[in-house]
Amino acid sequence: MLAFVIRRLAQAFFVVVAMVVLVFFGTYVIGDPVWMMVPGDATQEQVEEVRRTFGFDQPVYIQFLTFLGDVLRGEFGRSYVHGSSAIGLIVDRMPATLELALAALILAIVIGIPHGLFAGLKPEHPVSRGIMAVSILGFSLPTFWVGLMLIMLFSVMLGWLPATGRGPVMSILGIETSLFSLEGWRHLFLPALNLALLKISLVIRLTRSGAREASLQDYVKFARAKGLSPRRIIGVHILKNIMIPIVTVLGLEFGSLVAFSVVTETIFAWPGMGKLLLEAIQRLDRPLIVGYVMVVVLLFVTINLIVDILYSALDPRVRLTGSQS
Amino acid sequence: MSATTSNPAPAQGEFARFAARFAEDRVAVFGLVLLFVIVAMALLAPFISPQNPYDLGKVDIMDSRQPPGAKAGDGFDMLLGSDGMGRDLFSSILYGLRISLTVGVLSGVIAATLGLVLGLIAAYAGGRIETLIMRVVDLQLSLPSVLVALILVALLGKGIDKIILALVVVQWAYYARTVRGSALVERRKEYVEAARSLGLSHARTVFRHILPNCLAPVIVIATVQTAHAISLEATLSFLGVGLPQTEPSLGVLIANGFQYMLSGKYWISFFPGLALLLTIVAINLVGDRLRDVLNPRLEK
Repeated sequence: MLAFVIRRLAQAFFVVVAMVVLVFFGTYVIGDPVWMMVPGDATQEQVEEVRRTFGFDQPVYIQFLTFLGDVLRGEFGRSYVHGSSAIGLIVDRMPATLELALAALILAIVIGIPHGLFAGLKPEHPVSRGIMAVSILGFSLPTFWVGLMLIMLFSVMLGWLPATGRGPVMSILGIETSLFSLEGWRHLFLPALNLALLKISLVIRLTRSGAREASLQDYVKFARAKGLSPRRIIGVHILKNIMIPIVTVLGLEFGSLVAFSVVTETIFAWPGMGKLLLEAIQRLDRPLIVGYVMVVVLLFVTINLIVDILYSALDPRVRLTGSQS
Repeated sequence: MSATTSNPAPAQGEFARFAARFAEDRVAVFGLVLLFVIVAMALLAPFISPQNPYDLGKVDIMDSRQPPGAKAGDGFDMLLGSDGMGRDLFSSILYGLRISLTVGVLSGVIAATLGLVLGLIAAYAGGRIETLIMRVVDLQLSLPSVLVALILVALLGKGIDKIILALVVVQWAYYARTVRGSALVERRKEYVEAARSLGLSHARTVFRHILPNCLAPVIVIATVQTAHAISLEATLSFLGVGLPQTEPSLGVLIANGFQYMLSGKYWISFFPGLALLLTIVAINLVGDRLRDVLNPRLEK
């Protein structure tokens, strides 16, 4: 177990190093940042001065070492547009994004598991076929377009829910959240549903195939023969066994929810870090873009690491096949 | 593949058998027909659209934001309404489909070629080269495609060539992983040994003998990935970092309608999105069926 954890940690470390190198050369090779910082009518002397001030006149390896030092200190410079620390801006916006991603994850579980169970236990039932058709549609629907249609239907036509913004936030233990007011929930629902859509389809499919397999297993037959109620068989015996893969996949998918929130946050004007990234891209605000990429990579690597280690703790087979290869 | 021995033209017989198996699923046939219609409409756009939406002489600003069914100044019916610039939406969608499909297919073909070559090399060469290629694949697949593409176009800038490059980068790893998987199985088979002992070169063994036997899963991946690429391009264009206004794909059209959304003019975003959805559903239906038909484990 310890060897597995150490090997996994080393892997994670190399991924982070590779990303740091990629990000540096990606931003270094493509485009000269000086031109984004000086006004269009700047003289040659002014351009050179900006270049010197920001250290862009140094050789590549010096710039890279400076960048590496910055990354280690968690410092990516000041945002060109906002003028304040890039990492500070990102951290400020992070709770909103995490709140949205978490809400989407919960929606995916709450909606996905019951429907998937039904479709798995009664595969021939017409309702099951309907559920599966909807889940295929869920994979095909372009997320951003569904977001627009949700706004159209629930905000413009029906007027039930607000279309933009986060609503009132409260500070709980230093973290701003909108989870403690009805108005906050009303603002959260549509973006969370939009973000959850793909994951709902995913959970339905996972649960369905899991339930179909599990219901044929001997322990289920035995439980039935023992005369246990169907409710207990499904709730305890089947559900418990299909939860491991579902929890694993959802853990890994949490990172992709954070990434996809760029789209959802833009549509619903949700003030998270995804919206911040898009604004940074449109204004070529390099410190913010680099900061966001590094934060998300770190988030991803951490999630993958935790899920892998947890999974190998739950299922020793993973560990063994891993050490053979 | 031995069922066709009595047939004088085995290649043809195989295809007929394949087509017959494909046609067993009505929904998949519907998807295929839908896909043909969509592609045909995109190809024939200049002939069947009532207006060339990018000919400034034909477009009248007085026609802007008309609801579906309204009559244009030129006299034709605007079946799906018009957008903020007075362009007939039905025509814009046909022209937009051409761009969306081109980007999706072109990026798919390039990514498939790249992935095929790298996957085959990894499987055949083994050792350090394999480890290196597969590490890069793992790294690529561990990051969500929307984020990678977003960052890439942010660094590269707008334009059809740049977005194709970004889409290739996010897709090639899927092909490489799949091809390596099947090539690893194939290279242990006897016909490879036979080819080598006949004195054929490595390149010939790989590309003429191993490659044809690895193509079935690639075709399945190609359908799914092309649908994904079309959707991703639309997403990026909608976010304003994909194609410019001069290359109005479906995503650009949807983005243009966004500002009219809150005033209830739904059709400017709705219909291009519907066209996008139908395209993706059609490709996915065909891909799903291909996976079933081409899967050797399900045969007999």
